[in-house]
Amino acid sequence: MTVPVRLTTPLGDEVLRLRAGDRVELSGMVYTARDEAHLRMMEQGIPFDPTGAVIYHCGPVIGDGNVIAAGPTTSARMNEMEGFLIDKGVRGLIGKGGMGATVREQLKGKGVYFAFTGGCAALASSHMTLKGVFYEDLGMAEAVWAIELDRLPLVVGIDSKGNDIFDAARRQADGAFGKYR
Amino acid sequence: MKPDPLHTSLADATCDAYREAVTRLPPDVLRVIRKAAAAETNPVARGEFENILKNIEIAEQHGIPMCQDTGVPVIYLTLPPDLPLTQSLYDAIAAGVRRATTEIPLRPNVVDPLSRHNSGDNTGMGMPAIHVRPGKKFAVTVLPKGAGAENMSRIAMLLPSQKDQIAKFVVETVYLAGSRPCPPLIIGVGIGGTFDGAAALAKEALLEPVDPMMGYEQEILDAVNKLGIGAMGLGGDTTALAVKVKKAGCHTASLPVAVNIQCWANRHATVEVKR
Repeated sequence: MTVPVRLTTPLGDEVLRLRAGDRVELSGMVYTARDEAHLRMMEQGIPFDPTGAVIYHCGPVIGDGNVIAAGPTTSARMNEMEGFLIDKGVRGLIGKGGMGATVREQLKGKGVYFAFTGGCAALASSHMTLKGVFYEDLGMAEAVWAIELDRLPLVVGIDSKGNDIFDAARRQADGAFGKYR
Repeated sequence: MKPDPLHTSLADATCDAYREAVTRLPPDVLRVIRKAAAAETNPVARGEFENILKNIEIAEQHGIPMCQDTGVPVIYLTLPPDLPLTQSLYDAIAAGVRRATTEIPLRPNVVDPLSRHNSGDNTGMGMPAIHVRPGKKFAVTVLPKGAGAENMSRIAMLLPSQKDQIAKFVVETVYLAGSRPCPPLIIGVGIGGTFDGAAALAKEALLEPVDPMMGYEQEILDAVNKLGIGAMGLGGDTTALAVKVKKAGCHTASLPVAVNIQCWANRHATVEVKR
């Protein structure tokens, strides 16, 4: 297995060298955002500096000022809402399950989509420190939590050249299921 | 008024079973995950298995939920012959769920289906879902069911002549689900009974030991794994870890088939209630 690439946010042009399937250990600040937070940011602007920023698709369990459990949520729900963030300088998205062709195109020459293992909420929180919150009125799951990562183990799902390992697996499944038709 | 001791002990047992279920996987489930991790040949999928196994270890060590989706409460209550089924037993289980929500803590997931108002304590409007069955011991089983996998479940009313379409329906269900239910999956299949009965069987199948499997279950599993969806939809050898089938008698003109999808975190725990 390849040695993970260590990266720290804010991200720059180093993300353009990543390839789908590369393992990455990510450190530095990331911002959680689900459906409601994306809608709010579209209306009111981004409450943090988006230059080189990384968005984490996650609705964490927070308790006593700590991240208790923080696995990824299904990224595809945000398929039509990432364009403005990438345009403003966001370089990375973290989530589970991959994203659609629109986001794959938007990331070209700009950034990457990282996959983090679904359900691994305890592992995630062991790599996290809570630093702040925006939009707390949206509730625990939908608020934007500023979280500092310490070497969270990720894999590049979609790279900045349009390579997408989720799409490759999907096409293989299409072929395999086609035999039943 | 002094609290009914039976109420207290059933509420305690429910809360204990909930904690056990969300923080520790049953040994049989852990065995099949470890086996699949060792056999996986896809390097990306191997990394996913590594994360899953580390996550299970951390959750158990620190007594924290292994997944932030702590599910909705599905309860199986086993009643011994000398204990009558009363409303107070239902109330006690709900009290246990409420306590588990604040003490563990669990994410409050239960909402009104239309207004989407969250009750805040994982109970209300028929939640927890309680299934009662007779037995020798007084025991409560908690099966917290997350939405990612549950949402990918399906049911079909096949024709009696379509027995050979059952495996295809299961494979199709997994194919349509893709990466969304957090594979590698455990697949509960209910065959027979009635429309509602087949779905109940499919969920009960998730409580069966996942190893070993019957020949028929293994055949369906092999067909599912040919899809190559792999851990988290990133591609790989293991899309599903196990298929478990439960059957019931059905109408001569019917063949109901239900598929209940479960993620790798096939969480459930049983605690005997003190009397």
